[in-house]
Amino acid sequence: MPIFIDRRLNPKDKSLGNRQRFLRRAREELKRSIRDQIRSGRIADVDAEHTVPMPERGTAEPSFNDDKASGRRQHILPGNRHFAPGDLIPKPGGSGAGGPGNKVSEDDFRFVLSREEVLELFFEDLELPDLVKLNLKEILAFKPRRAGFAATGSPTNVNVGRTMRNSHGRRIALRRPKQEELDAILQEIATLESASAGAATRQRIAGLREELDRLERRRRRIAFVDPVDIRFNRFDARPIPNAKAVMFCLMDVSGSMGEREKDLAKRFFVLLHLFLKRRYERTEIVFIRHTHEAHEVDEDTFFYNTQSGGTIVSTALDEMHRIIEQRYPANEWNIYAAQASDGDNFATDSERCIEFLDRRLMRLCQYFAYVEIIDERETHIFGATENGTSLWRAYSRVELKWPNFQMSRIATPADIYPVFRRLFARQPVPARKSA
Amino acid sequence: MARLATKPGLLFSGSDWDFGKLSRAHEAIEALAIEELHLDTYPVQMEIISSQQMLDAYSSVGMPLMYRHWSFGKHFLYQELLYRKGGRGLAYELVINSNPCIVYLMEENTMALQALVTAHAALGHNHFFKNNHLFRQWTDAGAILSYLDFAKGYITRCEERHGLAAVEAVLDAAHALMEQGVFRYRRPPKLSSERQREGLRERLEYEERSYNDLWRTLPPAQGNKKIDDRDRGMADPKKSLNLPEENLLYFLEKNSLVLEPWQRELVRIVRIIAQYFYPQRQTQVMNEGCATFVHYTLMNMLFDRSQINEGAMLEILRNHSNVIFQPAFDDPRYSGINPYALGLDMMQDIQRIATEPTAEDRDWFPDIAGHGDWREILLDAWANHRDESFIRQYLSPTLIRKWRFFVLGDAADEPHYQVASIHNERGYRKIRAALAHSYDVGVNRPDIQAVDVDLLGDRHLRLQHKVKDGVVLDEASRDATLRHIRRLWGYEVSLAAVDAQTGATINERSSRQIAE
Repeated sequence: MPIFIDRRLNPKDKSLGNRQRFLRRAREELKRSIRDQIRSGRIADVDAEHTVPMPERGTAEPSFNDDKASGRRQHILPGNRHFAPGDLIPKPGGSGAGGPGNKVSEDDFRFVLSREEVLELFFEDLELPDLVKLNLKEILAFKPRRAGFAATGSPTNVNVGRTMRNSHGRRIALRRPKQEELDAILQEIATLESASAGAATRQRIAGLREELDRLERRRRRIAFVDPVDIRFNRFDARPIPNAKAVMFCLMDVSGSMGEREKDLAKRFFVLLHLFLKRRYERTEIVFIRHTHEAHEVDEDTFFYNTQSGGTIVSTALDEMHRIIEQRYPANEWNIYAAQASDGDNFATDSERCIEFLDRRLMRLCQYFAYVEIIDERETHIFGATENGTSLWRAYSRVELKWPNFQMSRIATPADIYPVFRRLFARQPVPARKSA
Repeated sequence: MARLATKPGLLFSGSDWDFGKLSRAHEAIEALAIEELHLDTYPVQMEIISSQQMLDAYSSVGMPLMYRHWSFGKHFLYQELLYRKGGRGLAYELVINSNPCIVYLMEENTMALQALVTAHAALGHNHFFKNNHLFRQWTDAGAILSYLDFAKGYITRCEERHGLAAVEAVLDAAHALMEQGVFRYRRPPKLSSERQREGLRERLEYEERSYNDLWRTLPPAQGNKKIDDRDRGMADPKKSLNLPEENLLYFLEKNSLVLEPWQRELVRIVRIIAQYFYPQRQTQVMNEGCATFVHYTLMNMLFDRSQINEGAMLEILRNHSNVIFQPAFDDPRYSGINPYALGLDMMQDIQRIATEPTAEDRDWFPDIAGHGDWREILLDAWANHRDESFIRQYLSPTLIRKWRFFVLGDAADEPHYQVASIHNERGYRKIRAALAHSYDVGVNRPDIQAVDVDLLGDRHLRLQHKVKDGVVLDEASRDATLRHIRRLWGYEVSLAAVDAQTGATINERSSRQIAE
């Protein structure tokens, strides 16, 4: 008789530790593939599983192996049809003298990184505080809600009413003797015993005792509350309903924005989107690009089509305002805006921007984040000084007035986070102050 | 049970399995195996697992317990991908050479398949593990699981104490030398018992705790005579270090001057696991052949006694023929000789030679032809052979003709292969020798030994690769592996390629020439 062990219910993911060790080892290469995918993919897709090619560097397992292209060897093969000793067979060209046997090439291997692993890699050089990372990775807030009854559960969730109802029904169905019946018999025995002792009475008493015994055994066999009666309250985890949010991505696409600038801008947008997606049940993204005129475009056009022309920032703000009026009434939608630019603007237009933001947009927006993408060499020139491009100087005045306006100059991915610092603070719902 | 009563003899019907059916089937099959085939097995422990768990087991070299290492994670990803793409089905079973013998059964298997797997693994493999001389001498079935448990715990503790990276560096280096980490010719010592291991660990810990640097400064007590002795020992390292040494992991574990005690223990763990798997690599054809022969024979016997019905038998035969499928060399599906097919064919051939020999068989195998008792011959072969000797002894001309074997000479510097021998009178012996040779693990792996250490000078470790038939090492992986040896040895390491026949040095590569 063999021993049987049912292992199917053992904890899953026994090899998770090995996977983590492997990912850590291949970290640099994986980070590069994730970065490439984010660069070419859609903003909303960052927050999902990604398929990546098997990393090669750092994950080789070397050992002493024969060089297949040296020396003399013999192959023993089955299935000879027409060869005779001495026949010469030309070697298949190109593939070396590897002989028979085809190995699956390792290049074809791609594997899936989970959402958490992708975000971990994405966050790596953004230098987010750990608390924020944790915040962004947690999916949704759930709240348990009553959802009927279940036959299994933890003792704290026993539903007494249901359980007793079941028990009652079962007791009736199985005809469990009631306490009153027993009491009645005992009573009768007591009366009979106190009375005179005739033969008939004794027989009657013996009969009653037998009946009593039978009933008691029956009571013992049919429990008052049986495990099958027990019902538990069932709870369903339901996501906490959240309002809707719309995110406006504004970007200057004039010639001065190159690959690097767009890459940084994209990370900036992705980060805001991750934040919104976590907060709100429904998020939409609107892409507005502008040169000297602004258009709403789709994501591909936004990042990849270039357009020539001058730079008038206020056109983008106008367009945003128009779209809000049309589709996203501020009393229904939480409006977030993220603007990326290299800071160029028509000198006279900056004043118009301030006025427009001050009068209209900032009242409607929950949060307006502006990043100015600068060259790494310029960081030390600008530093913390307040001079800078005309747009920067103009926006500085808006920042002073509106607490929900944030701006920053960024040259590397690590500079992005400070723009959102207020957003990710512990109480992140920005109070709308009346101006 | 009611169904059993109505259909006497039938072990099961329908495709669903339950533990009662499994147990009945195992009992019937085991009784038959003992009675008809005289098998002798370890007690069996059957574990039901899901496909996910089978993948887990695959990636940790088939062991139920294994320490953690990134390479297992990588293998898991490969296996999972192959499985999901449908490129490869999972094995229906996995069997572990331990006492009790652990057999994994997949939950998706039908009852017919479970019966097949029981005969294949729980009896066939199990008998082979218990009786083959290689396994008896080289592995300790009773101790392996507790040893792996110890290894896993020890490595986890090392990771906690010394950090993941430090542990990983040693394991990476040791894994690179797993092929060179077995005793091929010497009989290895038994795994020490748990108590001894515990004692050893305690001693190491005590030494670490009570280490005092002052002792190092004490002058040698016995004056100059002792030093002279030691010097002489150093001058002749071959004597003091037991050189040459084929087991590089063993050599490094015992003699490396830079390894900490815990690092030595890690190297030892990898070496012992390598040694445990060495017999399995030498007996692939025999092991699978034995298990396949056993399941095929037993299942047919059960069917003949109408203990399984036609439906189940058809399913069993279908799976059986999938397992022993052998495409010809020019078939796109060809990927080498299928050990299941070759093993089964050879064993059935022995059965045929013993009972209905031809004149040719009498000529080739005078001692077994017409012997009559094929069971005895097979039991003897299973107990005393490995692949190489088994093929050399028993591959018959009949089988060579059936398989239409031919030998292809392949010289790297020529633009074509040359057919050396085919299945004719002149070729039989050559094909048999060549096939046996190709299963000789000791010959087919690069022969690398530690030959010299400059103990008095710069502690330069010299390795030697005996080059046979001009087959040199692949350069990229050689350099990477040398780097790993350098890490374990701590000083310069060089590898000389020496022609096995002429003794001439072909090239020499030192760790100095390789950038870290």
